[in-house]
Parts: sequence; structure tokens; C-alpha cells
Amino acid sequence: MVATAQPPKRRQWLGHAALVLLMSTTVTAFLAWGVNPLFVLLTTVSVLASVPLVAARVSMSKDSRREWKTWLFADGVRSVDRRTALRLFGVAAVFGAVSPTVPKLAQKALAQGTPDVGELPPRARTRQWTMIIDLRRCDGCQSIELPPQCTTACIEGHFAPEPMQWIEVYEHELPGHGTRFVPTPCQQCQNPPCVNVCPVGATFSAPEGPVLIDQNRCIGCRICMAACPYDRRFFNWGEPPIPADAGRAEYDLELQVPAYKGTVMKCDFCPDMVRSGTLPYCIQGCPHRAIYYGDLEEDLATNGRELVSVSRYLANNDAFLLKEELGTQPRVYYIPGHGEDIGRDPTHEGFLPIRWPWTRLAEGSATWSR
Amino acid sequence: MSSWQERLEERTLDPARSTPRNYWLVVGALAAVIAWALYAYFVQVRDGLVVTGMRDRISWGLYITMFVFFIGISHAGTLISAILRVANATWRTPVTRMAEFITAVALMTGALFVIVDLGRPDRFLNVLIHGRWQSPIVWDVTAVTTYLTASLLYLYLPMIPDLAFFRDRLTGSVSKWQSGLYRILAINWKGTDTQKRQLHSSISIMMILIIPIAVSVHTVVSWIFAMTLREAWNSAIFGFFFVAGAIFSGIATLIIMMALLRRVYRLEEYITQKHFQYLGFLMAAMAGVMLYANISEYVTAGFKLEEGAEFIFRQLFVAEFAPYFWFYIVAGILAPIVLIFIPRMRTIGGIVAAAVLVDLAMFVERYFIVVTGLRAPLLPYEPANYTPTWVEWSITAGGFAFFALLVTVFVRIFPIMAVYEMAEEREELAAERLSLESDGALTGEAGL
Repeated sequence: MVATAQPPKRRQWLGHAALVLLMSTTVTAFLAWGVNPLFVLLTTVSVLASVPLVAARVSMSKDSRREWKTWLFADGVRSVDRRTALRLFGVAAVFGAVSPTVPKLAQKALAQGTPDVGELPPRARTRQWTMIIDLRRCDGCQSIELPPQCTTACIEGHFAPEPMQWIEVYEHELPGHGTRFVPTPCQQCQNPPCVNVCPVGATFSAPEGPVLIDQNRCIGCRICMAACPYDRRFFNWGEPPIPADAGRAEYDLELQVPAYKGTVMKCDFCPDMVRSGTLPYCIQGCPHRAIYYGDLEEDLATNGRELVSVSRYLANNDAFLLKEELGTQPRVYYIPGHGEDIGRDPTHEGFLPIRWPWTRLAEGSATWSR
Repeated sequence: MSSWQERLEERTLDPARSTPRNYWLVVGALAAVIAWALYAYFVQVRDGLVVTGMRDRISWGLYITMFVFFIGISHAGTLISAILRVANATWRTPVTRMAEFITAVALMTGALFVIVDLGRPDRFLNVLIHGRWQSPIVWDVTAVTTYLTASLLYLYLPMIPDLAFFRDRLTGSVSKWQSGLYRILAINWKGTDTQKRQLHSSISIMMILIIPIAVSVHTVVSWIFAMTLREAWNSAIFGFFFVAGAIFSGIATLIIMMALLRRVYRLEEYITQKHFQYLGFLMAAMAGVMLYANISEYVTAGFKLEEGAEFIFRQLFVAEFAPYFWFYIVAGILAPIVLIFIPRMRTIGGIVAAAVLVDLAMFVERYFIVVTGLRAPLLPYEPANYTPTWVEWSITAGGFAFFALLVTVFVRIFPIMAVYEMAEEREELAAERLSLESDGALTGEAGL
């Protein structure tokens, strides 16, 4: 190829740099979408690094430039020869062909990050677990003069590290005077703020509704705790104070046993219990049968004694959701009340403090304050 | 003319040739603080974050404050060298290098504190292996890494001619590894016309590129907070608010650094009253922006006083955090404006004092933004309290020492001022004058 007229030398290399930048950014945008951040980080670094590299390269080879690359920034006439035009059309065609896949890539990107929890057994429909808590039957266990038994049963069943109360009874003020007790497990949101912010997909929505945590993946950044509007996430600040023997168990994501230092834990709706046909610990523990567990798909729930239709029970009893206005779409419903069905006077306030029953703790562990 | 350039060159070479007084003392002291912080971190890794004051209800504290603060002051370099370069403000040239040092070093320090805050630092790579684009933390990792790469490049590119100058003048008089370092980093710079052209273009690209990157960085830092369902952080102006605060504290840090380096390395001829004054005006302008942002933020929420807002206002304005808040408003925003706008106070001392106040106030602001946001109860329980422990204070002190040590060492090894650019700009100025004079445009001033 005979160079007829040398293009103006000024800013020729800028063409290189600009092209390299443009191409690599575009390629990154297409490829990295839905892959993992490592790739994007590397590409970003290489894109930025290309600037001095191009500069260095050009300073070494003086006249290896070709005419077509200068068209971007050449002074005066922007003549494009046939070959250049063909190349540009080629590039455009590639991008044109790729662009219809963007929506698919976007979908892939939005679906990523959920850990593989194993194949679900083939079934006609997926259960959609839900909980109904009837506050008319909750007196914070005042009448039996014990700490709230839902919390106690949960702690014992899950080996929950002290001072975690995965289901915790809060005393809400009533308008006028008096209080009511609100047992509060994880609300198992269907638009879970905690899952949305997790950087590593350690916490995720299970197909049946509950939000679970993989403590083997959690990095302990605690942004999920900042994001949860129900104060339902707990951190293992030190060596978890669990029974000594629990520490020797093989880790199971659904049991959250054993607890790991530096990771987050919470109520998991007892997926293992439910699979074996048993009700969650809190429901078994409740002396007044105030908590129902059920399946929205089948529209049935039970407190262990009676069976109700979820939709009818909710509608007939003016059910409400905690902080419904936040749009988190909880799976835990409440029936308003203050223990009146079991004869509690709303002005009778307070309940007994929770105690952790462990006598022998895992080595090196000690409790901490909330 | 040549004597001016010679003087400048000698001044810049000085730090690399001779050890300033007390240098090893300073390095030793900083290293000791860092060693102590490393011990504290060892304790934290061994026993878990239980050794900090953080708990479930206030689950972020000093470490996240340090992260936000240091990523904030890293905006010094971008402002001085990119924004002012775009604006063609040539007075900034002698201080660009320092600003870029601050940027790079502050970013490293800030990024370190994300890892310090993790419950499982051993799993940090999970962010790369299992990263999800939906998470603000991943936005942060991406933005901070990009900004660090970009600002290291932007520090390096304009330094190439100065490194070549160091290579040419210092080989033989400094240790072998040091002259080797200059030789490699100068990538065969000879000052030919082609090289100059290429360098200028590279710098131009980077200077445009780095501005949106810098803005994005502190925006996504604020989004770590604003993307949660917390009343106190639920604000659309949070990104802007954080970026403004970042530039504000960045200028203050630069002013302090300028005053220190000017004294230690005798740079009075190049870093003059004028520099402090201009940067002081910029800082005062940013104080005005901060004041406006605060008013926008608190008046819109305070007027309506939605559920939960009352608690936040009470703890910030009159109760537990009122001393912090009013220190920030009065000493950190109003006082600097006064100090800089009263001509009698506008001395170097006065401006440095204002800068110290600004940095203190911005640190306090980052702290109370993090802690008050988490402290507001989500359900009927007693609000928790947070008191940092010795471990947190030690590691925080270690962070500052790390920052200071890196600056100290960088400044000794690398050219402290942009010699090449300063000389070039001076030549241009002289040429301009000459051409104006020959046109007769300056005849009226000839008598001066």
C-alpha cells in the first residue's frame, strides 16, 4: 500500500486511544452484563490502562499508523476510503446483530446471584408458606408466668446464639392507653430489601417464599441489617454462644447450625421442620395456639389444633401487615388484638425476660448485648 | 528566567536528595501507630467484631465513617487537577501533584476500611466471585476500583516528564533501586515533540474521564445508605450531598497538606498566599453549597415530620447528637465562611485553621450520618447506643497514620511539584506577553 498523502500528524494517536476505549467499553457493556464483577473490574482497568499504553506504543513506532485510523480527529477533510467504510459497516453490523439480545442479557443479570439450593422435587405446585399471628390470643405469656414461649421454643429448637431472638415479642402502645404484644419473626418479604442489597447473594428468596441465608457465603458486611426495616437480622459479633455440641454438627443452610462467627442469621420459617410435616418451633411452643402456619397455594393454615382457610380467616378478622406501606410484601399476617380472647387486660403491661438454656457453651464463646 | 527554573528544579530535587530533619522520627512514629493498629486488628480478627462497640442495632460505626470520610477527601485531586484544569486555572499547577497524591492515598485508605469492617474479611473475594449487580456494595467496589485506577493513572501521566527529569539528574546520587524506579517509570521520555503531543492528549482524555468517575464514586457511597429503608437516609439529594461534602473536605485536606509540605520542604516561593486564598474561596463556596444542601434536606423532612422523623430530628437537633450536629453547622460550615470572608482573618494561618475545622466537622458529619440513621428504632424498643472501643479507635488512628505515612514516603521519592508543567506554563505566559507586546497591545502598560 503506497501512502499517497501523509495525514496530518497532529493528534493521530488520539484516534487509536479513542477507538480502543470505545471498543473495549462497548464490548465490556455487552459481555460483562450478567457475568461477574471481576470481569468488569479487569476490563475497566484495561480500558483505563490502554490510554498510556497507546501513548507509549505510539511513541515507539513512528510511522506504523494507517490512514483510516486518523479520520476521527484529522484536521480538515474527513475523507474515509472504501476499506475504512467497510470496516465501520462491519463493526456496526456486529453491534446491530448483538443488540436484540440485550433484554435477554438484562433478564439473566437480574436473575443471577441466587445460590443453587438443589433441585426441587417435581410437584404440581410450589407451596407458598405463610404465617398468621392472632394477637387476640397473645398475652406475652403473662397468664402462665413464663417468658414468651414462642421465643423460648425457637431458641431451643434452633440453638440460636444468645442474645438472638429470631422471633421476638415487642410491646406496642395502643391508642388511648395500654399495650399489645406482637410476636415478630422475620416477615419473609416477597420484595425483600435484605436480598436486594446483598453483594454476594448469600441471602436469597427460596422458591417457597422464605428468605434464607448461606452462612458459608456471607461476608459479614451487614448491609442487609441496615436494609431490614423490621430489625430481624442478627450478627454473630463474636464466637457464637451456642451449646458445645451444636458446634460439632455439619453445617446446614436450612438449620443454620452451627452458627459461624462474623455472619448474619435470622428466622428461616423452619424449612426442614415443614418438610418433615412438623410445625415450626414457635407454633409448637405457643400455649394459646395464637400462631398459624400454612400454604397460600392450598389456602390452608393450622395452629396445630384447628385448620382454617387462609383467605377467609384473613378477610373475616381484618388482618394487617407490619409496615405494609414500605412495599416489602411480608408473608406474615397479623389479626389485631391485645390478648382479649384469653382474658388479658390491655393495661397489664410487661413480660418476663428471655433466658437462654445452654449450660455448656461452645468453646471461646460469650454473649454480647443487643 | 533560567535562574527561576534552576531554583524550581533544585527545590523539587531536594526531598529526594537529602533527608529532611526529623524525617525518620516522623516515619517511625507513624509506623508505630500502624503497628499498634495492626495488633488491634489482629485482636478483632481473632475474637470477632464483638471487640468493637457495634451491635445488631447500630451495626456500622467508626470504620464506615472512615470509609466515607477518606473516599470523600480523595476528591481533592479531581477538583484541583481535573476540574480546575478544564477551567484553565493555571494558578493551580504548583499544587496539582500534592492534590493527586492525596487522592490516590486517601482512596487506598478508604478502601481498606471496607475490609476492616467486614465480619469475614477472609471471604472478601466473594464480592468478585458471587457479585450481584443489584447490590450497592458492588457498585461501590466497582466505582472505587475504577477511580483508584484512574487517579493513579492521572497521577502518573503528568509525572512522566518529571520522573525523566529525576532520572537524568539523580542517577548516581540516589540508591540503585530508586534510580531504577525513575528509569522504568519515565518510560523512555525524551521530551520530543511527538511525546509531548501524545502526553498532552493522554492527560486531556484522563482529565475529562476522571470527573464523572469521581462524581459517581461518592454518589454510590451515599447510595449504600440511601438504598435502605431507613428514614434518616431516605433522601434523593443524598448523592449530591455526599459529593459536595467530599469536595468540601477534599479542599480542606489539600490546604492542610499544602501548609505542612510548604513548611517542611521550603516551598514558600511556589505555594504562596494566593494559593491558600483561592482554595479558601473555593472552600467557602463549597461551605455555602453544604449549607444549602443541609437546609434542603432538613426543611423538607422537618416541615412534614412524618412518622419516625421526629425521633431523628430530636436526637440530631436537641438530644444525644446535638453537640455533633451544631459543631458541624457552626464550626464546620459557618465559621470557615466567616474566617475566609473577613479580610483581616484571611491569612495563611486563618485559612489553615478554617480547613482544620472543616475536616473535623466533616468527619463528625460522616459519623453522625452513619450512627443516627441506624439508631432510630424500627420497632418499639429502646434506642441502642454506640461507643467505639479501643480497638476501633486504634484502627482508626492507624488509618490516619497509614495515610500520613504514604504521603510522607511518596513525597520523598516522587517529584513534589509538577516542574515540567510549571516551566511550560511559564514559557507560554512569556510567549504570550511577547506577542502581545509586539502587537502593541501592552504599550499602555509599558511604563509599569
